[in-house]
Amino acid sequence: MTSANNTQVAPPAGRSRKRLRMQTKRVLWAWGFLALPIIFYSWIRFYPTLDAFWLSFTDWDLLSEPNFIGLDNYRHLFNDPQFWQVFKNTFTYLLVGTPLSLFFAFIIAYFLDRVRYLQGFIRALYFLPFLTTASAMAWVWRWFYQPVPIGIINGFLANFGIAQQPFIRSVDQALPSVLATAIWAGVGFQIVIFMAGLRAIPQTYYEAARIDGLGEIAILRKITLPLLKPTTVFLVVFSSIGFLRIFDQVYNITTNDPGGPLNSTKPLVLMIYQSAFSSYQMGYAAAQTVVLFTILLVVSLMQLWVMRER
Amino acid sequence: MRKYLALTAIAAGLWGAGVSQAHAVEIEYWQYLFDSRVTAMNELIDRFEELNPDITVKQTTFPYADYQTRLVAAKAAGKSPEVMQLFYGWLDKFASGKLLQPLSEDMFPSAEIEKDFFPIVTAMKRDGKYYGLPTAVRSLALFYNKKLFKEAGLDPENPPQNLDELLKAAKATVKQDGSGNIVSAGITLDMAGQDQHWWREVLVRQFGGDPYADDYTKVTYDDEAGKKALEFYTDLQTKEKVGKVGFMDEGQAAFRAGLAAMTIDGTFRLGSFSSIKNFDWGVTELPANADGLRSNYASYFANGIAAGVEGEKLEAAEKFLKFVSSKEAMDVWLKTVGELPARRDAAMTDENLKDPIYGPFLKGLDYAHTTMFVDESAQRQVSIDMVNRVLLQDQAPADSLKQAAEAEQAIIDHSKK
Repeated sequence: MTSANNTQVAPPAGRSRKRLRMQTKRVLWAWGFLALPIIFYSWIRFYPTLDAFWLSFTDWDLLSEPNFIGLDNYRHLFNDPQFWQVFKNTFTYLLVGTPLSLFFAFIIAYFLDRVRYLQGFIRALYFLPFLTTASAMAWVWRWFYQPVPIGIINGFLANFGIAQQPFIRSVDQALPSVLATAIWAGVGFQIVIFMAGLRAIPQTYYEAARIDGLGEIAILRKITLPLLKPTTVFLVVFSSIGFLRIFDQVYNITTNDPGGPLNSTKPLVLMIYQSAFSSYQMGYAAAQTVVLFTILLVVSLMQLWVMRER
Repeated sequence: MRKYLALTAIAAGLWGAGVSQAHAVEIEYWQYLFDSRVTAMNELIDRFEELNPDITVKQTTFPYADYQTRLVAAKAAGKSPEVMQLFYGWLDKFASGKLLQPLSEDMFPSAEIEKDFFPIVTAMKRDGKYYGLPTAVRSLALFYNKKLFKEAGLDPENPPQNLDELLKAAKATVKQDGSGNIVSAGITLDMAGQDQHWWREVLVRQFGGDPYADDYTKVTYDDEAGKKALEFYTDLQTKEKVGKVGFMDEGQAAFRAGLAAMTIDGTFRLGSFSSIKNFDWGVTELPANADGLRSNYASYFANGIAAGVEGEKLEAAEKFLKFVSSKEAMDVWLKTVGELPARRDAAMTDENLKDPIYGPFLKGLDYAHTTMFVDESAQRQVSIDMVNRVLLQDQAPADSLKQAAEAEQAIIDHSKK
């Protein structure tokens, strides 16, 4: 009897112990799966990032052992006129590129949202450049910008008797030309995101507003724009980072004289690339990377703070 | 007794196997990816392996854009190929970074090298030791479009021989539209291409200057001669209007498309121009100056042996290097790639000198100079910027020249630190 009682009591205890084990197991499994990307990322992302900080204080040239040289790289960098030109270029890409591309993206998305006929097709047309390889696209644009007889844009201008423009062969027009390509390439993605944001605004708000007799402009200002804020914040941060890191368009459009003419289109990332992989000044390149990292961090934090939910 | 014999036999067998295994040496050879060069090297490797059945050579190639980085990274990882191809202008960096070892005086006596090869081979020499030998060398020449010459009333068999004639021919052949835009250039202007060498090593000398002094450690083109040379070049666009930087994107593209009467380019362009179908073209020596002074720029890729290679691998690598620097290899290279042999006796044959295409390039080799770059792309950038400042920002040539000389001196000084 007692033995029978014992056996009756035993199962619940065993079950709970088993359940505990199951839970622990689950947690362990979860961590097991998580650990893999964590270890992987620490190894290939965070460790090299931290290492770059250290390298920026050395004179490493890839061939000999790095020597600690303190702040020399930074001193050299801040005294390098090329750096300030590049710094200015990078911020021109950012400060002109981000608002302009968001403006166009919003206008197009706003009107496209009202089109029913062929909407998917038009949206696809805008999105297409985003799917194209940046280098292929940049090469096509490079030819567009050529003087006659091969440059399409100049050929078009010539038809209307407008003087030929130098575009990428001019210190003043080169950066806007490159920027236009970059905006054109990225705007499709922003349109799609904006449209998703517009769709997410409940129709009832608009109906109520219209019944109350609000005009279209007022609706845009009071309902659409405020409710689109999360989407806008995301796109501002996303596209700012994109413009701060611009490289492939510039490099491929100006491939014979990368970042030229006379450094007028060179962004920071291209300068880093050239210091590192054509002059092998790894320490100097690392110092530039640290500066870029700081800029990216500050700009992103500033934007998040300015556009935070109040 | 029988057991003993069997054991000896086995031991002998093992010994034999061991020996033959030790003789099967594999060495790796790296060069950059360029179809005809790879084909030529494959043929050379086949011939070499036939002569040396105990050595296998494995060829690996990388796109040119990251070839140098690959070599440097491989060194950092301790995985350098035994034999590598390198541009002569990388030697300073490679020798100081200990990527290469000097060639042994026994296998490659300096005196013999200097007797047999063109003098530009000395660009591979540091502190009395050679670090590599070229298979082929390249020089520059003036390519001209015979069809455009005929159309302009010029004799297509009598291309310009001096700078005056060059200018006249360019003026005769340039075509402009109603608003003065060039639609077909007289001569291509492309500092990012070979014009930088034409300016540095040819024009500066022809206007009475000397681009560098003290073994290319001191920039000396910032003088009256340099200024005249720069003005001659930029005047082609601004004053004479016979060409335009950026026309058709690249000089070679304009010539290929039949939209430029003349272009200055190197032997390596022969392969790509040989497929031109819609017009005939010719080659002539770079034009002389009024006093008949000629100059040229020669360059080459050399093959060197990696630092740290030793023992039988070193022996195999030396044998291979010797073979790819032989007259036989140079003949293969000339036929397959179109680059000029680096040995005098292989290059200066009657057949080659009479060749209407190779002839002018070979003649150029005799009086060619080889710029000792410390950072080829950075120094090239200095020349590109020098011309751009004059053409795009209207800077006075003398000021732009001064700025260029200072920038280039800074690059040289930085690397010698």
